[in-house]
Amino acid sequence: MSTLATQPAAAAIAANPNARIAKKILVLGATSGIAEATCRIWAAEGAQLFLVARNAEKLAAVAADLKLRGASYVGTAVADLDETDKHAELLTHAVNSLTGMDIAYLAHGILGDQARGEQEFQHAAQVIYTNFLAPVSLLTWLANYCVQRHAGVIAVLSSVAGERGRKSIYIYGSSKAGLTTFLGGLRNRVDREGVTVITIKPGPVDTAMTAHMKIKKADVHKVAASIVKAIDKRMDTLYVPSIFQPIMFIVRHIPERIFKRLNL
Amino acid sequence: MSHSAVDPHAATTATPAFESWGRYPKYDAKIVPLNWQSDFPGVMAGLRGGALPVGLGRSYGDVCLLNHGNLLQTTGMDRLLDFDSETGVLTAEAGVSLAKVLDFAVPRGYFLPVTPGTKYVTLGGAIANDIHGKNHEAAGSFGNHIPSFELVRSDGSRRLCSPTENSEWYTATIGGMGLTGVITWAQLRLRPIVSRKIDYKGIQFHGIDEFLDLKQRFPNMEYTVSWVDCASTGRNFARGIFMLGEHSKEPGELKPSPEPKLVFPFDMPGFALNHTTVSLFNSIFFHKQRKPHVRKVLDYEPFFYPLDAVLHWNRMYGKRGLVQFQYAIPWQHAKEGTIAILREIAKSGLASFLAVLKAFGEIPSLGMMSFPQAGIMLALDFPIKPDLTFPLLQRLGEMTREFGGRLYPAKDAAMTPAQFQAFYPQWEKFTKFRDPRLNSSFWERVTGGESIL
Repeated sequence: MSTLATQPAAAAIAANPNARIAKKILVLGATSGIAEATCRIWAAEGAQLFLVARNAEKLAAVAADLKLRGASYVGTAVADLDETDKHAELLTHAVNSLTGMDIAYLAHGILGDQARGEQEFQHAAQVIYTNFLAPVSLLTWLANYCVQRHAGVIAVLSSVAGERGRKSIYIYGSSKAGLTTFLGGLRNRVDREGVTVITIKPGPVDTAMTAHMKIKKADVHKVAASIVKAIDKRMDTLYVPSIFQPIMFIVRHIPERIFKRLNL
Repeated sequence: MSHSAVDPHAATTATPAFESWGRYPKYDAKIVPLNWQSDFPGVMAGLRGGALPVGLGRSYGDVCLLNHGNLLQTTGMDRLLDFDSETGVLTAEAGVSLAKVLDFAVPRGYFLPVTPGTKYVTLGGAIANDIHGKNHEAAGSFGNHIPSFELVRSDGSRRLCSPTENSEWYTATIGGMGLTGVITWAQLRLRPIVSRKIDYKGIQFHGIDEFLDLKQRFPNMEYTVSWVDCASTGRNFARGIFMLGEHSKEPGELKPSPEPKLVFPFDMPGFALNHTTVSLFNSIFFHKQRKPHVRKVLDYEPFFYPLDAVLHWNRMYGKRGLVQFQYAIPWQHAKEGTIAILREIAKSGLASFLAVLKAFGEIPSLGMMSFPQAGIMLALDFPIKPDLTFPLLQRLGEMTREFGGRLYPAKDAAMTPAQFQAFYPQWEKFTKFRDPRLNSSFWERVTGGESIL
């Protein structure tokens, strides 16, 4: 685990008193398209960032970029978040590097291959592990950390795909459904402790993950701006683009005997 | 008139996934995004056909197209990697736009060393077309300000290229039209500024002699460019406005530019641009500057990027699109060539309003295939009228060749193989540096036929 900045966050703050109000943000899955776009907005605000991603080369490029765009501190750690037994050590290191944490942003996930998952249980299990079980491990640690301090925002990327099982995407969708339900329960538990849990439900967004999908996709920078605003406002749930709120309301309420015949 | 080089079936009606700025020709291709420096050549596995790295599609013809091929779009590879505030050298991934470079550089007191007429081009595209700007006489072309870059080939090899390291690859890639490999990152030497403002002067002229006199009178002005009326004949032949600018030396606010708000909302019908409307526009433009001399201080945006204020302004030319014609004729025949070509354009009645006349300076471009050369450069748009525009372009191409000039691949959709090979006799040497998996419709068009020299 390495840090890009030559000085720890505390020293960076001492050197620049304006950075005192800078948010301390932990980003898990920092090289994902939505996470990177979100971090660019935070960097321009002078935030202090700790970035975790699997690929060292990509992480280094993202970290260098965010530093140049104005982040007052950028720390990094290369980690495979599927390795849940290393989460405690990783997260401890991250919050120590940041000397605290205002926002935890969980943005890692995989789309998987629906057709393959229909044939191979191992592939379906992998999608569910990365998108649901690994976040449960991270969220357990992060929620307890925040509850202890009676402060903090935990913002998590789920998906509109988790709202209802559809044949084109139900393996990914069910992993996100599990995540959404977990987040609902967690919010119900920690809200009274002063901790905010935000469930972010993007529709299709134009990123590397969806490059092969030939559908209308939202601009990632607009999505990122909505996410930053939702976190500032401490919303509970964000549909982004917002049109997906009424769309998913309708999708959820189509009777199953009709829904099962649709090609969605 | 033979049209062997121009596919008559090229203009399909469906909107393809990727268009060049001229929206002609229209070719189908698969877009394959490159989001990371490590994506190429891995993304090539399983792709059928050739590929071409592309950026924001601001070149006009087919230099950024590959019919039935794969377009490796680099715009997701847009990270800033390093900046030395002492020397002004910025290192960035090749897909970053010059607009984003300006957003970063201007608040830090720096500006692009060379800028084209739009800021919506990528760093990689600016190198691959070795673009030029209004300061060519003072600064040369874009490649003159690139200390180094990384070139990745489809065999997986990676080269650091600079004037001293892999220098042949360096010169082949500057102006190499994206055919030598994928540029992953590049260094760009920015120039210092103390203000966003430009000290501007506009002077009316009538005819090429007056244009040349003005050029002589202001040898040390950093930016010079002229708008010229290509539609008028007789007394008003080759009238224009000579525009000069310098970065203001008075310190001023260095805030980033706001996002443009205007978008050209729809495709204009093809008949809307005709001789009458264009002549009217030109008269208004010429007389908008009421006095023969105007002096003012203006922001760099309207000075460098007047058309960027309206996104998608190319829709003004309708679905059929437009073609550009841009030559550089060496001084030896620059004057007679320019007069003869302007006469031919005026006679055709096809000219549109965006005609730019400029002198290229003596600083040699570093690229093997670079377009700029000392002399006179003229650039203008033509709406596509199939039976008229292409025969005219063939005549203008031949005239350019007779006067010892050359045309600009990044602006071209019509030059013949014979013309290209006469303009760029070094093309066969360049072929050795081409990546075997990379190709463009332009390259196929101008090298596909046998050389008939």
